Amino acid sequence: MAEILRYDRVDIAYNGRRVVEGVSFDLNPGEILGIVGESGSGKSTVIKAAMGLLGPSGQVTRGDIYYKGKDLPDLSPAEMRRLNGPELGMIFQSAGASFCPIRTVGSQLYESMTEHENVSKADFTNRACDLLRKIGFEDGPRILNSYPFELSGGMQQRVGIAAAMLLKPSILFADEPTSALDVSVQKQVVEEMLLVRETFGTSIVIVTHNIGVIGTMADRVLVMKDGAMVEYGTTRQVLEKPRKEYTRMLMAAVPRLKR
Amino acid sequence: MQPILKVENITKVFRGSGGAPQIPDSSRRRLRQRQGGPGRPDFTAVDHISFELLPGECLGIIGESGSGKSTVANLVTRLTDPTEGRVMLDGQDITNLRGRELRDVYRKVQMVFQTPTESFDPRRSLGDGIGESLRNRGMSAGETRARVAELLQMCGLPADFAGRYPHQVSGGQCQRAAIARAIAIAPKVLICDEATSALDVTLQKEVLALLRTLRAELHLSILFICHDIALVQQFCDRVLVMYKGRIVEQGAPDDVIRNPQDAYTRRLIESIL
Repeated sequence: MAEILRYDRVDIAYNGRRVVEGVSFDLNPGEILGIVGESGSGKSTVIKAAMGLLGPSGQVTRGDIYYKGKDLPDLSPAEMRRLNGPELGMIFQSAGASFCPIRTVGSQLYESMTEHENVSKADFTNRACDLLRKIGFEDGPRILNSYPFELSGGMQQRVGIAAAMLLKPSILFADEPTSALDVSVQKQVVEEMLLVRETFGTSIVIVTHNIGVIGTMADRVLVMKDGAMVEYGTTRQVLEKPRKEYTRMLMAAVPRLKR
Repeated sequence: MQPILKVENITKVFRGSGGAPQIPDSSRRRLRQRQGGPGRPDFTAVDHISFELLPGECLGIIGESGSGKSTVANLVTRLTDPTEGRVMLDGQDITNLRGRELRDVYRKVQMVFQTPTESFDPRRSLGDGIGESLRNRGMSAGETRARVAELLQMCGLPADFAGRYPHQVSGGQCQRAAIARAIAIAPKVLICDEATSALDVTLQKEVLALLRTLRAELHLSILFICHDIALVQQFCDRVLVMYKGRIVEQGAPDDVIRNPQDAYTRRLIESIL
């Protein structure tokens, strides 16, 4: 199976200071990759680089990120804008905060969609409600007519996933999508992302410090520390038989419920 | 055994805008339009709960956001005034204390908060923060300095951290300093409100080990508020499960987790990944 995304010895620097060094991995269609590490390990920076979200001070200084044969860091901003959305989708830690507070959710989803394709309002509403139904919301129209603050934190996060999925991207990047949520809601969001993969065959890269989330979702895991890769392997191997001392320490520090 | 902390039937109602001052009808209609509703109703954050903390015990409180766990912490430390009920500390009713008497309460109860960096004054050094309670008690500057160095070392930090500012240390180091500040005055009760939640798992483990050591050395009683049930299972002797302002279940953590009696507790435990 040909990979859809390939990182090849990627270095990333902010203001000339290297923060990520030599990260390589590949992602197959429909695969879920989990990236774990402590704060400051560079895990979020790694996925921001793919979408060109490093900001003016950040840069990929060495290595390549291939998406379907295109080298992402070499693309112009205009080309990147065409990819972001219909090809590469992103969900953030607080989806609620990434919506505009004074406009309804529906009007914002409509805007993001018209940016990439010609679509009528009625057509949009049908497609949006259809998608919302597929990911478990029965009352699509009500959600589209809501303002972000009228939805609970968990709902906002799930709508954030819907917003990213509306354009049917082939890869979904998720940066700590469950960290701000209570455990019961966390489980819903995880189940929703799994449903998205099942329904659309989307590949997912999820960055989190929550090992429980990784254990439930990911096929493969990349462990990072201080900007470098520590270990990369199948979820089972990394979580149960870690090869590196650091991974062992990290796994031992995770509080596990004894049932 | 006499409980060190006893909470009886305590209730906290946050007043909504429903019963707000009288406004003439005409302008009220305009206000209503602007707010899009008839004002917020009252909210009962803590609803008639009672519990005891025994000397040397570590009692955990778990529950989802909005269940009232932090309000309980604020009530027992008198940072919020209760609407109803009583808080007894070491046999003394502290529910209505003010001024000097209330300050004396903080010789017996100290707190460790969730965000260590924000719990220190950004313009003053960690040493100033840790030594403040000692200086207030009348300790000389020299003695305080020596004691602060000792406290820092007890909490696993080098003594020269006294001269650093909160932004100059990492989150884990800052939380150690916050613990040093809390134990400076030798309190009997330590309230930890999500004290390890902002930390990475590796640091969380270290801070927990520190709390465990201090608890044994100083015979502390700890009220440990936390949303991580696995952590409470490791650390606490007993646990209260809160839901919508009430205690829905309590007992030894292993019993509650392996054999939950309440429907909410069952749902909570099933949703842990």
